[in-house]
Amino acid sequence: MKLIYSRLSIWFVVIVAGVLLNTPHLLANEPKTAIAKTDSIEKKEAIKPGDIIFEHIGDSYYWHIVSFKDKEVSIPLLVIVYSQISGFNIFCSSKFHHGHSSYNGFEISEEGKYKGKIVETLADGSIAKPFDISITKNVLSLFISLALMLWMFLSTARRYKKHPNEAPKGMQSMLEPLIIFVRDDIAIPSLGKDRYEKFMPYLLTVFFFIWINNMMGLIPIFPGGANVTGNIAVTMVLALITFFITMFSSNKYFWVHIVNTPGVPWWLKLPVPLMPFIEFSSSIVIRPFVLMIRLFANITAGHINVLSFIMLIFIFGAMNPVIGYSFTPVSVAFVVFIYFIELLVAFIQAYVFTLLSALYFGMAKEQGHH
Amino acid sequence: MGLITPDPGLVFWMIVSFLIVFFILKKYAWKPVMSALSNREKAIENALRQADKVKLEMEKLQADNLKLMAEARVERDKILKEARLMKDQIIDEAKGVAQAEGKKLVDAARSSIQNEKKAAIKEIKDQVAILSIQIAEKLIKDKLAANANQGEYIDKLMNEIKLN
Repeated sequence: MKLIYSRLSIWFVVIVAGVLLNTPHLLANEPKTAIAKTDSIEKKEAIKPGDIIFEHIGDSYYWHIVSFKDKEVSIPLLVIVYSQISGFNIFCSSKFHHGHSSYNGFEISEEGKYKGKIVETLADGSIAKPFDISITKNVLSLFISLALMLWMFLSTARRYKKHPNEAPKGMQSMLEPLIIFVRDDIAIPSLGKDRYEKFMPYLLTVFFFIWINNMMGLIPIFPGGANVTGNIAVTMVLALITFFITMFSSNKYFWVHIVNTPGVPWWLKLPVPLMPFIEFSSSIVIRPFVLMIRLFANITAGHINVLSFIMLIFIFGAMNPVIGYSFTPVSVAFVVFIYFIELLVAFIQAYVFTLLSALYFGMAKEQGHH
Repeated sequence: MGLITPDPGLVFWMIVSFLIVFFILKKYAWKPVMSALSNREKAIENALRQADKVKLEMEKLQADNLKLMAEARVERDKILKEARLMKDQIIDEAKGVAQAEGKKLVDAARSSIQNEKKAAIKEIKDQVAILSIQIAEKLIKDKLAANANQGEYIDKLMNEIKLN
């Protein structure tokens, strides 16, 4: 028990320290505040909490680590763009000098439709968005957590192979209960004892992918802090994979149930196919859509929550430094509280996504007994 | 809204990297892990079942042992009892034989004593007779010195002898 408390307190320190370390650049990061050398009134007006928060939960061509006064420490990332004019361009994002200069006709758009994205100025002076597969902050974070997953599970699998029928040890003893949890509490109840095995690899991968990325997102400094599972592109891909697996494993009864729902009066199906339409949209369109939105919204909301409480310090600080300083402990207390909830949410969202995927697979494979 | 528009670049990398990792994990991690887990579960189950079986067998063996021991004890008691009986019998028999033998010896001794006695008496009688005759001879020689008494005395002597 004592060990758990000491570990928790280490987490406390890490989280609070990370939050505090990261806070100065929230102000400095705003280009106008960093550059503006005007009087203090203008400076106060320059704080835009919304923009700062969105910058943090969004993607970036840099991995920002810390800012101190005017100095910024960030990791420049690889830009890969395909332009209609110059073909593939691969260069380091440091060429943009934090968005202040252009390179090879490419620049980071500061406003408008493509704000924050790389755009290309064409010959006629118009602006177009090239095909952009840059290794952004989210992509790099994705790679890091996938590499972490590979290392974790391949080494665990090796231990299983080398020491069969032995009690788990080390990381294996942390992962084994989770693997058994996915098997016994998610897969078997929703898919049945004789069909679950086929879906286990996907369910396990998706569960650990979401959980590890959620946890990585909670670490305030590099290599964590990116909002991967709170990015709609990532959740969309996950939801689509679940959708395609559901479609490919669906049987006749699943489709009969949609087109000709049993137990429903005929006039709901003919001449206006009201029931098929409702069934189709609910079981085919809405399910993956909801999967995508739920994960994205939960994780993004968590990040926004934490950042909002931190921003409160600067909003109050801009009014009066004394209020800002005196509000800091309150803010930090709230942030720590939200962090603990987020630790829980990180697991719950991984569980929910996996459970619903398993349920959808189970429904698609259900036999016609109802 | 940038937040709810999926970025094509990220979608691309997500699909590619997630699928690669998925297939690697599927082949090299999940398959061995799942089979190892189910194998271990089966092994544990078997071991438990085996242990139960062995326990039952042990109990049976123990019961058998107890039964055997009880039987052996009964057997031992029976043998001891028989032995005691046999011992008594042998002692009784020996006693009987010894008594008979002794009696026989005593009887033999008694009869031989009787015989000896008879012989001794006979001898004494013979001696007495001889002595008597000698005495009588001497007496007769004396008495018969006077003829008158001769006849009378002989008669008297003869009578005395007959009485014996």
